[in-house]
Amino acid sequence: MLKSLFIIFFFQLLGEAIQKFFEINIPGPVIGLILLLLVFIFFIKSAPPFRKIKKEISETSHQIINYLSLLFVPIGVGVVMHINYLGDNLFKILAIIIIGTLSTLVFVAYIMEKIINLEKKNVKRR
Amino acid sequence: MLKEDKLYKIWVYLQAEPLFWITLTLGAYLVGDYLYKKSKLNPLVNPVAISILIVSSVLLLLDVSYDRYFNGAKFIHFMLGPATVALAIPIYEKKNLILKEIKPIIFAIFLGIPFAILVTFYLAKFFNLNEDIILTMIPRNVTAPIAMGIAELIGGIPSLTAIITIITGIIGASLGTFALNIFKIKDMSARGFGFGLASHGIGTARAMSKNKTAGVFAALAMGLSGIATSIFVLIIIKFIF
Repeated sequence: MLKSLFIIFFFQLLGEAIQKFFEINIPGPVIGLILLLLVFIFFIKSAPPFRKIKKEISETSHQIINYLSLLFVPIGVGVVMHINYLGDNLFKILAIIIIGTLSTLVFVAYIMEKIINLEKKNVKRR
Repeated sequence: MLKEDKLYKIWVYLQAEPLFWITLTLGAYLVGDYLYKKSKLNPLVNPVAISILIVSSVLLLLDVSYDRYFNGAKFIHFMLGPATVALAIPIYEKKNLILKEIKPIIFAIFLGIPFAILVTFYLAKFFNLNEDIILTMIPRNVTAPIAMGIAELIGGIPSLTAIITIITGIIGASLGTFALNIFKIKDMSARGFGFGLASHGIGTARAMSKNKTAGVFAALAMGLSGIATSIFVLIIIKFIF
């Protein structure tokens, strides 16, 4: 647990440092995610000490991700407490969010499913 | 009277301590999560929304400022960063499935991101919103830190973007399932990818709780759309403004 927490924190730290150093627009944790993913893809098989810790990191990660919803509560409370910042536009903004989010969600899932099904057909034909 | 006075002193002491607000947040989440599981994962019974409502009600009832609350809740908020890094592991574990669907993923990103930006833009135009509010809303579908960065870059108001982004996440997580069901979209990777692209982390949390494959594709979409949006937005904005 401690070792894997260290590794996860370390990769976030690395991500934050890279973000600051190169002044990239991508948040540190996302850079950390990419780096950890690359390490897993390219080094995990070749380096035996990594393999040992792999299972441990996997368990810890899944445990943290299980509570992903919880981690949004503090900022979510901030939204409720500051909702008056949206002022007179509140209902317009809510309408845009609802229509915009649901149409984007359906559009993306729809084209993705279409292309997945097309590929499946092509594979069958071959 | 003396007893009440003592209780009041204890309260004054406790509400200044982070522990009280961490405990409240965890308790509210346990209630939300219990109701969510009790409802057999009904998306309308969204655990994030329920916990937010419980905590906000307590803060409003007791007249406690958000700053005081966040002074404690920041310890929970802090874990958002490590949790994002941890998403690398489920993505790694499903890497073969992701590589298999690499073509649909690329199409979904290259068509989906412009769609998300343009839909927000034209809806905001339709509702006659000011230009600075439009710019504030445009990056709302990506994870909050990226959205705020983009808002700053294009001339929006980052703190408002954060609020709008979180609402987007909650709407996607609680209503998205119905929208996908109406259009009879069944493929789990496609559904998950939609959730991650349209409603970032909160949508991803919902997808993860429902189906592992959907969750992984949501996490992937969240990361990719964050990166792609920060690039695409600058190009698209040149054309529409």
